[in-house]
Amino acid sequence: MLTAVLCLIACQLIGELVREAFHLPIPGPVIGMFLLAAALALRGGRADGAIPPFLEKVAETLIGHMGLLFIPAGVGVIAEAGLLRQQWLPIVAALLGSTFLSLAVTGLAMHWLTRSSGRQERGDLSLAKHPRGRS
Amino acid sequence: MSKAIEHVWTPLAATPLLWLAVTMAAYLTGRWVQRMCGGSAFASPVLIGIVLVAAVVLATGASYPTYLAGAQFINFLLGPATIALAIPLAKNLTYVRSNMHSIGVALLTGSVTSIVSGVAIVWLFGGSRTIALSMAPKAATTPIAMAVSQEIGGVPALTAALAILGGIVAAIAGQQMLLAFRIKDWRAHGLAAGVSGSGLAAAQVASRDELGAAFAALGIGLNGFLTALLTPLLTVLWN
Repeated sequence: MLTAVLCLIACQLIGELVREAFHLPIPGPVIGMFLLAAALALRGGRADGAIPPFLEKVAETLIGHMGLLFIPAGVGVIAEAGLLRQQWLPIVAALLGSTFLSLAVTGLAMHWLTRSSGRQERGDLSLAKHPRGRS
Repeated sequence: MSKAIEHVWTPLAATPLLWLAVTMAAYLTGRWVQRMCGGSAFASPVLIGIVLVAAVVLATGASYPTYLAGAQFINFLLGPATIALAIPLAKNLTYVRSNMHSIGVALLTGSVTSIVSGVAIVWLFGGSRTIALSMAPKAATTPIAMAVSQEIGGVPALTAALAILGGIVAAIAGQQMLLAFRIKDWRAHGLAAGVSGSGLAAAQVASRDELGAAFAALGIGLNGFLTALLTPLLTVLWN
């Protein structure tokens, strides 16, 4: 478990270093994510078992509880309560409208473009596997 | 009595223990409420958790920086959790490779829609220019959204709040909405969540399906990049 945690933190550190060195506008963890994915891909190609099981286990735990990790940042909304209250109507309208529109456009575009790719069964099956609306 | 509470409270409030416990208890309560509601996406554990913690912070008169200092450890784990999204991404690389073209087009249309509609709706409803500019990059992952907001003349702190609220909206409504369009493919669900609600919406998809997690991870990363490139360009056109 410690090896896996070290691996994740090391990737984040490398991501931060790359960001600093190249003055990239992307956050360190996002760069680290792409670097780790590339490293894992190079390590095993498409073969099964390319990902060490210890790493997979820790990653699953972290991703499964990712919601918890957003709470401290989310509570920060109270610090902006003043501005949010002042112009609540345009803010609420744009938040809902823009998020719904971009969800629909991205989802529909992806749906239409991949419909013919023949791999949809994989996606469909895995969605059907979960009871609807559970998280 | 209140003297006694104060006596216990004051030293506690200074350690991370208290706010760590409050945050975790609030999240677990949120999960419990969601189970009670039959797993409804509307009973989002994150939203319930945020509301509960905010209520405790406000009720005890603690400031947000005090709370954040206490809950710093949980906040810190967001970095490693983002890195962890590399694992589903690497595992599903075959699907990503064979869908590169679709991902590119869906990403570009979704990203532009988010930026343009955000600004346009604020303007239509009579919001100020500052609000519109703070709204523009809100779909990107929070650190990128804040940096872009700063660059184009928005309020970074407001953008951070909008990014989180938008993420909650996408996490709550995303799945039901795409199912209403009869989209049942995890690739589309994942990418849409990552592009329109970044980490928060991705967390909702990622905890349920690995293929969805892979496409959500791509959505967050690529949309962050694209928002950083497009928003300054589009807002210059608006001038």
